[in-house]
Amino acid sequence: MANKTSEVLSKRKNDVLEAWIKNQIQDPTLREDLMSNDELHTQSDELLNSFIQAVRSGNYSDISTQEYYPVIEILNSLSITRAYAGFTPRETAVYVLSLKKAIVQVLQDELKADQNTLIEEIIRISDLLDSLSLVTLEAFIKGREEVILRQTSEINEISTPVIRVWEGILALPIIGTLDSERTQIIMENLLQEIVNTGSSIAILDISGVPTVDTLVAQHLIKTVNATRLMGAECIISGIRPEIAQTIVHLGIDLTGVQTKSSMASALRSAFTKQQMVVTKAKAKQ
Amino acid sequence: MMISLNKETLKIVSEQDVVLFRQRLKEYASKIGMSLLNQTKLITASSELVRNILVYARQGEVIIEVVTDRLQTGVRVTFKDQGPGIADIPKAMQDGFSTNKSLGLGLPGAKRLVNYFDIQSTPGNGTTVTIIRWKR
Ligand SMILES: Nc1ncnc2c1ncn2[C@@H]1O[C@H](COP(=O)(O)OP(=O)(O)OP(=O)(O)O)[C@@H](O)[C@H]1O
Ligand SMILES: [Mg+2]
Repeated sequence: MANKTSEVLSKRKNDVLEAWIKNQIQDPTLREDLMSNDELHTQSDELLNSFIQAVRSGNYSDISTQEYYPVIEILNSLSITRAYAGFTPRETAVYVLSLKKAIVQVLQDELKADQNTLIEEIIRISDLLDSLSLVTLEAFIKGREEVILRQTSEINEISTPVIRVWEGILALPIIGTLDSERTQIIMENLLQEIVNTGSSIAILDISGVPTVDTLVAQHLIKTVNATRLMGAECIISGIRPEIAQTIVHLGIDLTGVQTKSSMASALRSAFTKQQMVVTKAKAKQ
Repeated sequence: MMISLNKETLKIVSEQDVVLFRQRLKEYASKIGMSLLNQTKLITASSELVRNILVYARQGEVIIEVVTDRLQTGVRVTFKDQGPGIADIPKAMQDGFSTNKSLGLGLPGAKRLVNYFDIQSTPGNGTTVTIIRWKR
């Protein structure tokens, strides 16, 4: 089959580029706040060049071949960047779809005289660009997934604060599910903070942990043991009545672990251990 | 006679599914007005059994049902996997027995937390555990 599209594209590359950029700018969804026109121009030019290079091979149907590597690489990195930058999937898809429109416009102009070839070429190029727009969407979703993963690990970090409540006393409110990964982070933060502050008592508050099963219990015991090895004591507070009963029925042995029903009572016992007394100030007479 | 009023099946393949499953289960239990203590027992027992699926069979499915026998209402959960199965069930049901250097409290503990506990297992074919916790 004659490679008409490739010829036309090489000849009228600048027109295609211009029409494409115009299409993109005209699209009401273009986010000027997220990308400058200059950037858009450079990016589009780069992609168009490698696209023209690829169709020169005459292969319009299989984008998994070597000719398309550069095109796909550009599209991938573009989609991922856009996902990070907060573009919507629609805004990302419009990029390739508006190229289709630009190419069709130029083809129509060049092949006016030969309707049959025109239709054939349009169908071929449409299919090709549709596959490429799917590539952008896949990459976009991958980019979003990476963002979510990153956020999850950030949430893990920030949701396990170690609070210095008093000289020598640390508190760690744990909120949410306590899985192995989180326990690891909590343990690291806690041990580090014991060293940094020279604290001798750590209060682990589990009132925000929805389920305490054998796995969570083991994680807690591990944390308590590690704290001991550092020469500090660990008190577990916030054991709700229903959790206490459940732990007993499960058969978990928490003897050797200091437990308190509330943060307040844990704090009180920590003060006592530090030989501190909290008293109400006497009202002035 | 036992009637199932409401039924939902969830696939269990990863740690995230455990979290999701526990949340769904809590919804079912609180919808029928189960006491907080019994909810906690049901969810903790289920948490053990669903973890066993992940640890020993890697994947499986759970079925959550609201059931009634006309005298009482409760939640039935069925845990199914096609993992290695358990050769000696009485041994696995003993406190402290574990092939995983763990506490060995999952199965016996779960049994103590619910009103009905049934375990069927064929080595090489998989394991099915069914539990019921009544509303009160
Ligand atoms: N779904 C299953 N498939 C295959 N083997 C199982 C399954 N569930 C339990 N077992 C076997 O039964 C044993 C006891 O299980 P149980 O849950 O009581 O203890 P554990 O998982 O070893 O420790 P724990 O649950 O206390 O962390 C396991 O060590 C395992 O060999
Ligand atoms: Mg277990």
